[in-house]
Amino acid sequence: MPDPDNNEAGPVAMQTGNTDMPMDWIWGLVGGLMIGSAAAFYLLVNGRVMGASGIVGGLVDRTGWSTWTERLTFVAGLALVPAVLKPFFEAPVSTNITDNVPAIVLAGLLVGVGTRMANGCTSGHGVCGISRFSLRGIAATIFYLFAGGLAVIVFRHLFGSI
Amino acid sequence: MLRNLTAFIAGGLFGAGLLVSGMTDTTKVQGWLDIFGDWDPTLAFVLGGAILPMIVAWNVAARRARSVLGSPLPEKPGSQIDRNLMIGSLMFGAGWGLVGLCPGPAMASISWGGVGGAVFLLSMFAGMYVAPAFKIRFNRMAEAIS
Repeated sequence: MPDPDNNEAGPVAMQTGNTDMPMDWIWGLVGGLMIGSAAAFYLLVNGRVMGASGIVGGLVDRTGWSTWTERLTFVAGLALVPAVLKPFFEAPVSTNITDNVPAIVLAGLLVGVGTRMANGCTSGHGVCGISRFSLRGIAATIFYLFAGGLAVIVFRHLFGSI
Repeated sequence: MLRNLTAFIAGGLFGAGLLVSGMTDTTKVQGWLDIFGDWDPTLAFVLGGAILPMIVAWNVAARRARSVLGSPLPEKPGSQIDRNLMIGSLMFGAGWGLVGLCPGPAMASISWGGVGGAVFLLSMFAGMYVAPAFKIRFNRMAEAIS
């Protein structure tokens, strides 16, 4: 939680247009509300759970082939809209991804197999699952946060890389 | 046709939210997971902000039989926390922490993610492709042991 007495995190930083660290949580909240609104819209209009791994995974392994157009247009919006919006951002936007290719391949495989095995990722289990107080969503979130924290600690602090 | 347009809008708003929140930046994700380092609280605000509209949406959905476009609304999933959920989530989390990307941000950042982003996406698709076979084999092995 932000310290209410810390001016850097408060309205002062906002007025000066400071886009550094202290403002990040506000953008996090705004972006989060947008993500949640997108999920709410997809649920109430299309009648689907907005889970990124489920939507794209159903295309990759063809288990969701009967609804492929809806899945593909979702993915198209997900990839194209940020591409169009990015140039309007003042601060430079980068993924800052590691240049360690074997680590990227391993991570991609783990994310791909893991999300399909668990039937969900951060959006499906995290956003959509926790908000309906689903035990599975909450449990999955605890497990992936634990493993994620452990991975960062092991690779950053023990091996000093990535 | 209409549901393809609304799917595009939902995906677009999701992507815009990921961009605005900073979740396409792997250092912010890893900075949140890194509780022993210079901890970055952003992700907690993103997740909290995303859950709020969805609590409302699930309550609205509970009172409706069908979605606006006439599809049945998703049923409440079971509550059993099984082996697949646990092992799958642990695998996903390990990959997420290792590089700082999960499926949504990986696709949202495809246009500026460079070679690294593309390699991640291709590996993720490969993982998703082999996942059904891996799941069967893994469970067979686990049952043989227990």
